[in-house]
Amino acid sequence: MAIQTRTEESFTPAMRTEALEDILTERGLVDPKVLAGLIKNFEENVGPMNGARVVARAWVDPEFRARLLADATAASAELGYKGAQGECIVALENTDRVHHVVVCTLCSCYPWPLLGLPPGWYKDPAYRARVVREPRTVLAEFGLTLGAGVEVRVWDSTAEVRYLVLPQRPAGTEGLTEEELAALVTRDAMVGIASVAAPRR
Amino acid sequence: MTAPAAPPALQGASAPPRSNGELVFAEPWEGRAFGLALALHEAGAFTWKEFSTELAGSIARWERAHPADEEYSYYRCWLEALESLLEDRGIVDRAVTLDRAVHLRERPAGHDHRHDHHHDHGG
Repeated sequence: MAIQTRTEESFTPAMRTEALEDILTERGLVDPKVLAGLIKNFEENVGPMNGARVVARAWVDPEFRARLLADATAASAELGYKGAQGECIVALENTDRVHHVVVCTLCSCYPWPLLGLPPGWYKDPAYRARVVREPRTVLAEFGLTLGAGVEVRVWDSTAEVRYLVLPQRPAGTEGLTEEELAALVTRDAMVGIASVAAPRR
Repeated sequence: MTAPAAPPALQGASAPPRSNGELVFAEPWEGRAFGLALALHEAGAFTWKEFSTELAGSIARWERAHPADEEYSYYRCWLEALESLLEDRGIVDRAVTLDRAVHLRERPAGHDHRHDHHHDHGG
């Protein structure tokens, strides 16, 4: 075909993005410096270590834990973690009887200031559909097998409400410092597809 | 207890992106598309709820239109949502974006309109 098509399909997403960025910066709607800063921040600074520090603080400080469960947005801000997609965060406390797991069935809503951007599996259509229908099976596939006596609660995130799972503190960690505890806490545990393992001795 | 060389929380399973080997964006354009939406939102072009509603719609359309075995691209849906929202708002028409894409594609090879590329001039 000699005629070059002018449809979205004839351009790669990279070309469309470049064209859009070109127009938006030319019109002054996006500042290239601001754009670069936003991307760099999410690539290098914002990640699950923030949430891990919140969890560790809640494990060692009962009053902070109470504040976290009452208002996770405000409690996280105490540690300096706030910003886009952190406007309304709800903390869900795992216990011996209840295990929480988080999903966004419609897209990928996620508590950015505490966990950074979501991993691939969280955005995957299969996870989003299946964890609601068969949470125990999905959790088992991730390597988390829960006893029959544990109730599984699945929470669907929205643009308004994001969730942070407060995992159970593993046994045998009584002597650890808050920082050492934070190092044990994984992103997966804070989304609810894993538990926190005690450190290997 | 002696102080460790670096805070343990920065070396653990939840170390910062990049330093734990995890790629936040698989390709550079994904980061650009992500950043454009966030920058426009922060500049007041739309609320995040408006964007996420558009994103959910874009993902749902993909899921309806594509067979389950075709590879899913989250950021393709993201870009689609951004283009759609900008068109609905009268901010940037898709046709204008495509015109610009044609223009960029037809620029001479080796020419970078952005002037911010980094050549390696060697030693």
